[in-house]
Amino acid sequence: MIDSTAPGFWPQLFETLLKATGETLYQVGVTMLITLVIGLALGTLLVVTDRGGILERPFGSIVAGRIINAVTQTVVNLGRSIPFIILMIALIPFTRLLLGSAFGVTAAIVPLTVAAIPFYARIVEISLREVNEGLVEAGHSLGATRWQLVSKVIIPEAVPGLIRGFTTTVVSIVNYSAIVGAIGGGGLGDVAIRYGHQRYSVIHIVAVIIVLVAIVQIVQVVGARLANRMSHR
Amino acid sequence: MITLSSVTKTFGDAANPVRALDDVSLSVASGEIFGVIGQSGAGKSTLIRTVNLLERPDSGTVTVADRELTALSDRELLQARREIGMVFQQFNLLDSRTVRGNVELALEIVGVERRQRTARTNEILELVGLEHKAQQYPAQLSGGQKQRVGIARALASRPRVLLSDEATSALDPETTDSILQLLRSLNKELGLTILLITHEMDVVKSICDSAALMSGGRILEHGRLVDLLSQPGSQLARGLFPLGELPEGTSTVIDVTFVGLSSERPVVAQLARTHHLDVGLLGAAMETIGGAQSGRTRLELPGTIEQHTAAIDDLRAQGLVVEIVRSGR
Repeated sequence: MIDSTAPGFWPQLFETLLKATGETLYQVGVTMLITLVIGLALGTLLVVTDRGGILERPFGSIVAGRIINAVTQTVVNLGRSIPFIILMIALIPFTRLLLGSAFGVTAAIVPLTVAAIPFYARIVEISLREVNEGLVEAGHSLGATRWQLVSKVIIPEAVPGLIRGFTTTVVSIVNYSAIVGAIGGGGLGDVAIRYGHQRYSVIHIVAVIIVLVAIVQIVQVVGARLANRMSHR
Repeated sequence: MITLSSVTKTFGDAANPVRALDDVSLSVASGEIFGVIGQSGAGKSTLIRTVNLLERPDSGTVTVADRELTALSDRELLQARREIGMVFQQFNLLDSRTVRGNVELALEIVGVERRQRTARTNEILELVGLEHKAQQYPAQLSGGQKQRVGIARALASRPRVLLSDEATSALDPETTDSILQLLRSLNKELGLTILLITHEMDVVKSICDSAALMSGGRILEHGRLVDLLSQPGSQLARGLFPLGELPEGTSTVIDVTFVGLSSERPVVAQLARTHHLDVGLLGAAMETIGGAQSGRTRLELPGTIEQHTAAIDDLRAQGLVVEIVRSGR
């Protein structure tokens, strides 16, 4: 039991929270940076290699298109169907292979990224599918290459949806980042478990909740504003 | 400028094939405005989309500006499409780009460098009368303005051919008129060849030099409007001059079509005076079609057609087109 009346309790709490918040933001930030790039790529691949997509026949072969699409679908589904807590444990050997250690603040980025990429890829897929078919047609009529269609027409038109989806993903990853705290991933989850759960400090739990709620709020508000600003409909 | 030769296109599966284009051949001369008219489902949308190969025909050839598109590689086709502009019924503008951005897109795709892009965009926006809207987004524009942006985008890279897929069908009558006048003036000033599809006879009437009538994936008739008008039994001509229902009765009814100068002749008076006929006027329409003043009059004559052979021969000798709608008893 922690004594909240002890001298130095509040400064210590503050310092612990500050450090843990920094760790969480670092984990989520790096995870989302990687997710943005790979998730966007995978989601785009899902859409363009689908039947009737602009890359239905990569290298002139419909079979290649079907295979790439099926593989991407499987990868994304696999990532989405495994509960995070199991994924996290299953990835321990992989993380160790990649970073030399399976535990710690940085190591936690590996399972977080593996969970976030398929999640965001699906959202990217949905956003891109909502882009009006007529715009792709207009692009074709202007003689656009497939790369120009993706980079100048499809993705720019989907930006508001991509931002909103990104926000949703960030919130999920903040959630998951608390779970990795349970296996030594650091961050706010770690504080909640070590102080709140193991040492019965209600104040620590409450403080962690407040910080998490604040982070989620800020992400949501900034995301929504940005999405609205980018939307010119 | 555009030649389709024996083009066919079938949609659906083997069990339920839908013949959208059934052995269609068509030729659009350089510098003319060619209208394809037909009801929805006639195949005209498929037809226009085969011209820039948005829809690849199952068989037949498509030639634009002396280049056979159906024989080109994918890469060459991209190049060829850049020389064929297209405008759409729903405009298909990017919401994420301003008016300027939408026009510049066409130039970016072609690979024009930035400074030239800006200059060309200014020029073309001025041509369509939207230079003051350059910084606005499509959502802030009216339908007519959106279509002007669509036209500017289609023409930015200086194509010689413009395809118009029901460009005015989503617009109100006045706006339709202003867009049609714009197309007309672009056709004249730039020597632009325009192929348009529409379901409105008024569009054909007001700007087309030539037209084709489409139904069930086939072209029923086509030609220059002035020629179609003097072609007896032409459905297009009938559409251009709607004269209403034929009244009940046993009298003889003839349609007399004037093309060009002969429209000024006093036909009814002449029939009455020279042939002593009691002529009844059932309907008349005057239009400027294909640049020529033209008209069609439906006349009722007493008695049988045999009694009027001399009068009809007389009219035909003057260059008028006489069509016997009903032979009296």
